[in-house]
Amino acid sequence: MTDAISTGAFVRRAFSEPLPPPPSERGALGWVRANLFGGPLSAALTILSVALLVWMTPGLVRWLLIDAVWSAPDGDACRQAGTGACWAYVRAKLLFFTYGSYPRDMLWRVDLTLLIGAALAVWLLWPDAKRKGLGLVLFLVVYPYVGVMLLHGMGDVTRGLLASVARLTGSQSLADMAANALPVVGTHLWGGIFVSLLVATVGIVVSLPLGVALALGRQSKAPVVRFFCIVLIEVVRGVPLITVLFMANTMLPLFVPANWTPDRLLRPLIGVALFASVYMAEVVRGGLAAVPRGQYEGAMALGLSHWRMMRLIVLPQALTVVIPGIVNSFIALFKDTTLVAIVGIFDFLRAVDTQRLDPTWTGPTISTTGYVFAAAFYFVFCFGMSRYSLMMERRLSYGRKH
Amino acid sequence: MTDRTGAEPPRAPLLTGPAARSVAWQALMLAAIVWLLWAAIDNAARNMRARGIPTDFDFWNRTAGFDINKTLVPFSAANSTYGDAFVVGLLNTLMVAVCGIVFATVLGFIIGIARLSKNWIVASLAGGYVEIIRNTPLLLQLLFWYNAVLTPLPGPRQSIALPGGAWVNNRGLFLPDPQFGPGSGYVLLTLVVGVVATLVLRSVSRRKRLQTGRGLPVLWPSLTLVVGAPLAVFLMLGAPLTWSYPELRGFNFAGGLRVFPEFVALLLGLSLYTAAFIAEIVRAGITAVSRGQTEAASALGLRPGLTMRLIVVPQALRVIIPPLTNQYLNLTKNSSLAVFIGYPDLVQVFAGTVLNQTGAAVQVISITMAVYLVISLVTSALMNLYNRRIALQER
Repeated sequence: MTDAISTGAFVRRAFSEPLPPPPSERGALGWVRANLFGGPLSAALTILSVALLVWMTPGLVRWLLIDAVWSAPDGDACRQAGTGACWAYVRAKLLFFTYGSYPRDMLWRVDLTLLIGAALAVWLLWPDAKRKGLGLVLFLVVYPYVGVMLLHGMGDVTRGLLASVARLTGSQSLADMAANALPVVGTHLWGGIFVSLLVATVGIVVSLPLGVALALGRQSKAPVVRFFCIVLIEVVRGVPLITVLFMANTMLPLFVPANWTPDRLLRPLIGVALFASVYMAEVVRGGLAAVPRGQYEGAMALGLSHWRMMRLIVLPQALTVVIPGIVNSFIALFKDTTLVAIVGIFDFLRAVDTQRLDPTWTGPTISTTGYVFAAAFYFVFCFGMSRYSLMMERRLSYGRKH
Repeated sequence: MTDRTGAEPPRAPLLTGPAARSVAWQALMLAAIVWLLWAAIDNAARNMRARGIPTDFDFWNRTAGFDINKTLVPFSAANSTYGDAFVVGLLNTLMVAVCGIVFATVLGFIIGIARLSKNWIVASLAGGYVEIIRNTPLLLQLLFWYNAVLTPLPGPRQSIALPGGAWVNNRGLFLPDPQFGPGSGYVLLTLVVGVVATLVLRSVSRRKRLQTGRGLPVLWPSLTLVVGAPLAVFLMLGAPLTWSYPELRGFNFAGGLRVFPEFVALLLGLSLYTAAFIAEIVRAGITAVSRGQTEAASALGLRPGLTMRLIVVPQALRVIIPPLTNQYLNLTKNSSLAVFIGYPDLVQVFAGTVLNQTGAAVQVISITMAVYLVISLVTSALMNLYNRRIALQER
């Protein structure tokens, strides 16, 4: 039917260029129209929100920065009317907030422990890092031992071992080390940020393997194992952490022989670790449920034994799927470490909460300053972890699409 | 020639086969658990005897000898027992939990919907709220509200006036107290009858609509039943309601309803904290309803409001309700943080004061844990029932 074209009537051969959208729909103006003044309700809300921000921001900035006292020898400057946050107080107390009453000449032990922990954490969390299995072993097995030795002091066994090596080699410096290195620092001196991190790390180190074990036990075919795991998980999940801490603090010493009474810091650590483990078990259970049945069947068809199937096929997939969930439960755990204060442990928040009553500094702005500082600290950690979890989620779902 | 295919497969040896091994392992584990339990109980009995700690529940009926400043039921140091203290603590826990759940739900839904708003600034503000609240510990927030906001408030003479005749100072929140006159019971009765009648009317209308495609008018009759009828009875009886307003007399307020600062701080902290989590649940639930549902509703000619009410919300609720219940349980469990700011909840009164006075650690902690456990298990059971009812019926 090409005749129609040759009749001389005008027929368009090409598309005309589309017109640009009207100026009111383009650029900044269009964005403002669409996102801030989309309708009468939206416009009203925008005006209200802006009014709220205009009303609040200057006061906040003045309090936090402009009127704040940045350096002062004591609380006098902060007690003046009209002053804002007393950052001088935070600066003066920073050492206590970080280390508690840990002997000031031995702070390097804490620093070194934190440094090793941070290095291992980066190794494990870095998405493209190599040899994570080795890192995990170091983190779960070697690091706890090194950490206890650095923070608490060299135990008698290590000391004896070192002494006998010194005798064998005849080295004088080794013998000195066996006798004097790393003296014991009692846990009653521990406190501050490093105790918060310690509680969280112990929770993580224990809850990962124990949580996996409980999750596997919960879906075991053996009724005794399954029943035991279900009861433990449901009971601990059904009660508040505070009661678990109370239990660890008051009941645990009764349940062990009288001469075994656990250290006052160890008791809440056991409570926190147990609590974190059952929540971890539920996260891992979700991951196990996400592994397709065919993976199990494939592994069985290859003739793998139950444990090899779990170790080589099921768990790697299950744990990868729930990395965001694991990180989220770490965030919850990190926030929950504040509760150990109830059994008298000087964690970071308790350190902040007690120091605000120090007569040298006490004043109308001190409480708020301390809490804002603590909030900033927890926010940086938790927000960082949640961003990491989001990033991992995106990476994982990217892998799934292919 | 023997037919090999008909031969029985080799039987696993009775004592070393997988089944036998499993039984053996389980028996071993059971024995270990029993032995551990027995050792723990034995140790506990010996330790408790050695330290003179009571091992029975006799303390329950003994006179408490301490006072609780905030009780829902009468409690006095001289006449009340430790058992009464338990009841007081439990009621206080339940009260703050119920109030917290109501506030957190309302606030959480508002913020969750605000996060989905097309208005950029509203969505960002809601997002900022959620991130700040969720990434700081609840205990820090409670301490902040109590020690940094409520305690430094001015004393009664410089009280801050709130709209509606309420006052706030460092001794608490003073609200107008409703005084119900004679005949208020009838108003309440009318209200209950109205609510029941409305529910019946709704279900009848629904059945009729499913059968004939046209239901009964519901909105105006229900408004009449629930609001109109009680109001009419109320006015007929001569409005038997007066308000007792708090007034400054001497050094403190008299009259009105006093809400202690501990309760205000706990309620504020719990509601604001849980609201952030509920907001995320609401957002996830609404996002989970696929766009096609909204588009189909528009294609059918439903207005946006109706689309929300009839299409989106019912489907979103199916996603929202299970995690929402979880948050309610979390709020109830988190109310135990009351002990840090001195609100007399179950943990503060019972696992704190009573434990310290009686020394009956094992009994007191077990009872406290059992209470929370029962609350959790009952709620989960109800939730499972509900989930089964609303589960998507695939045909």
